[in-house]
Parts: sequence; structure tokens; C-alpha cells
Amino acid sequence: MSSSTAQTPALGHPQIWAALEALTDPEIPVVTLRELGILREIRDGTDGLEVVITPTYSGCPAMGQIEDDVRSTLAALGIDARVVTQLAPAWTTDWISEVAKEKLRAYGIAPPQCGSIGHAGEVSSVVRFSARPAAPEVVPCPQCGSQNTTETSHFGSTACKALYRCLDCMEPFDYFKPY
Amino acid sequence: MDSAVTPVAAPVDYLLHLADNTLILGQRNAEWCGHGPILEEDLALANNSLDLIGQARLLYQHAAKVSGGGATEDSLAYFRNVPDFRNYTLLELPHSPPLASTAAGDRDYATTITRNFLYSALMVLLWERLQDSADSQLAAIAAKSLKEVRYHLRHSRDWLVRFGDGTDESHARAQAALDHLMPYTQEFWTDSAAEASASSSGAGISARDLQADWNTLVDSAMTEATLKRPSSQGYLSQGKHGVHSEHLGFVLAEMQSLARAHPQATW
Repeated sequence: MSSSTAQTPALGHPQIWAALEALTDPEIPVVTLRELGILREIRDGTDGLEVVITPTYSGCPAMGQIEDDVRSTLAALGIDARVVTQLAPAWTTDWISEVAKEKLRAYGIAPPQCGSIGHAGEVSSVVRFSARPAAPEVVPCPQCGSQNTTETSHFGSTACKALYRCLDCMEPFDYFKPY
Repeated sequence: MDSAVTPVAAPVDYLLHLADNTLILGQRNAEWCGHGPILEEDLALANNSLDLIGQARLLYQHAAKVSGGGATEDSLAYFRNVPDFRNYTLLELPHSPPLASTAAGDRDYATTITRNFLYSALMVLLWERLQDSADSQLAAIAAKSLKEVRYHLRHSRDWLVRFGDGTDESHARAQAALDHLMPYTQEFWTDSAAEASASSSGAGISARDLQADWNTLVDSAMTEATLKRPSSQGYLSQGKHGVHSEHLGFVLAEMQSLARAHPQATW
């Protein structure tokens, strides 16, 4: 945390939100941190302004870059704020906005098709989720829209994605897994 | 990592037990990176390790904060020795059928998958319960980890079924891996002092309470895989009490050597 006491014109939270709006995910540069639900809150903490972010997957290597990006953007604007990483509530793909899902699709990544399993409000037993779901989710191809697709690998190029391929246009594509 | 100091904190040894489990299995599974039997499995195991090591970092950061005394996530991961580690012995074994001492064997993917299945089946149950931990930071870590371990369980269970219900060779290797590893799961069900203390303060839970659900998960996979559930009788391993197999030292030597050669390094 900066100990600078230089007087800067106080920017309100809306201006800070606007400034941080330009920041995108380092791996998926078409969606912003806010749209992904990583940028959670700007608040007045006891020690001054706090910008709250939350990690996606526990081991996502992009988190370090994201934190740096937030910090340097704030510094460039002369905003004295602390970046706080908060784990709860746990990030979920349910927070990805509809606009962002459309951007993902246009970029060639199929957005999550269903809600995260066991999320708040859903009474679920983990035992039930151990087996494969009876009806595997249908993931439409982001290229041609066909629903005739198949999972190549449940794990892909980043922690948050699976690999699929389209059996009509034959293109491989990434699928942003529900989390 | 910034996190508020929680009013109720789990015992440090309990946090280290959870953290060491994830770190050691993450390190073991990362041995497949670049050597996976097929490209997709190479990616899967690397992703699995990334999740586990990510969970380890969160747990070590929390343990460091609770223990104080200048501990950091790096000091806990890289500057403790074999008797300090609190992971289950199951997780430090090499990816191979039983081996004497330092003998080397080819990696066996059935062993890898079977171990991941036995551990993930426990952890979906444990993380689900720990979401209600009185230690709010541990509860937050549990909520994230649960989402990840569900995918690990799905992955390992799918492959176990494919192996068991596959060729004679894959069936035999999956059965051999189960016969080899099942006795090590006995360690899950006897509380250590740290587990007992965590459970009485509401920060942790006694794994014994999960045994019936774990049996259900394992039995349903065995049936689908046409595998025979072996007896778990045999040598009772003591890894979570700090008494390890001869294999952990080799894992730590590889994992810790860089940090110990450059103790001031930051990245």
C-alpha cells in the first residue's frame, strides 16, 4: 500500500470502475475483468480505498498478471488504493455476463452452457455428481452453430476450458467449462 | 494474498495436512507433464496439478498467517523436511506398482488414475463439509477447491471405468493398482491429533464421518468398472503423522532443490 500523501483529486467509485473497465483477461483479451466477474467491488476500507478481485481457478496463472494490471492502472491514474484478493463467495461462471458470453462466442470460445453445479440455492449431493450426467450438455459450435459436437478432452489449454470439436464443420474449439 | 484474520482458525497442523496433500499429489501428477500417454491426458494431468498446487498455495498462505513467526507459503513448501510433512503416504508413492526402496519402474497410468480417484472421492466429500468450517478462510478455500475436485473425480472415475471395463491388459493393471493402493486408504479414517482438534473446534471434520459416503462412491465405480474391490487390510501408513515412505524424500529433493539453491529468490 502506498504511503503517498500527495493530494490527488478524489475520483469517485464510478470513475474508478470506468478506468478499470478497459482491463481484459490476459488469456481472453475480448472480455473485461468486470464482465468475467473477477473485478468484484470498489469500496472504502478502514485503510483507504480497496479494489476487490477474486481468483477464478485456484491455480490460474493469469491471476498475478491481473493483479499487476489493476495495480498499474490505478497507479497511472494516481489512485491510492489497495488491491484485495477475496476468495468468498467463490467465483463462478454464473457471474459471466450475457454480453461477455456473446463476446466469447464471437471470439471462438463456446460459453458455459449450464449453471455451475452445486451453486448457492441448489441442494445437491456430491455423490450424485460423481457419475457422468445422464444427458451430456450440448455445446453448440461457436463457428457454425451446429449442436453436433463432441468433447475431445475435458481439460484444455487453460484451467477454465475443455476441448471440443464440431462434427459438422469439423473445427476444433474451446469450451469455457461451468465452474 | 490479503485476507482478514479469521476469529476461528483451524490448527496449523490441520491446514498443513490439507496443504501437503495437495502439494505432493500436485507435484507427483506434474511428473506426467510432457510424458502423458496421449496429448489430452498430458493436458489433463497438468491442469489437475495446476488446481492442486493452486489449492496448496491458498492453504499455505492461510497456514502461514495463522502460525505467524515469519512463515510464508514458500518457507512452508520449500524449507520443511520429510518428517514435517503431513500428507497421506498414498499421495507420495511413485506412479508404479509396488517397488522396493529406490528401485525405478516405468510409470503406470492405471496407478496414477486409481490414486487420483481414491483421493478425489475423499476430497469432494471433505471439501463439501469444510465449506461450513468455523474457520471462514478455510471455508472459502473449500468452496473453490470443491469445484475443482469434482472435475478431478469425474476425470479419474471415467478412466478407471474405461480401464476396468476395457481390455484384459487395462483391467489387470487397474485391478493391480487398486490392490496395491487400497490399504493406504486406511490412513484416511483414523484421526490425527490435528484432525481431532480441528473437528472439536468446528474448523475441521473427522474423516471417519465421510467413510460411508466414500464407500458408496468407490463401490459404484468398482461395479461400473467390473473391478473387484480389494481388502484394505494391511500395513497402516502414517504419513499424516510425519512418518513417511522412502519415496517422499526423493519428491522433496526434486521439488525443493531450486528454492534451496536460491533461498532469496523471488518471482
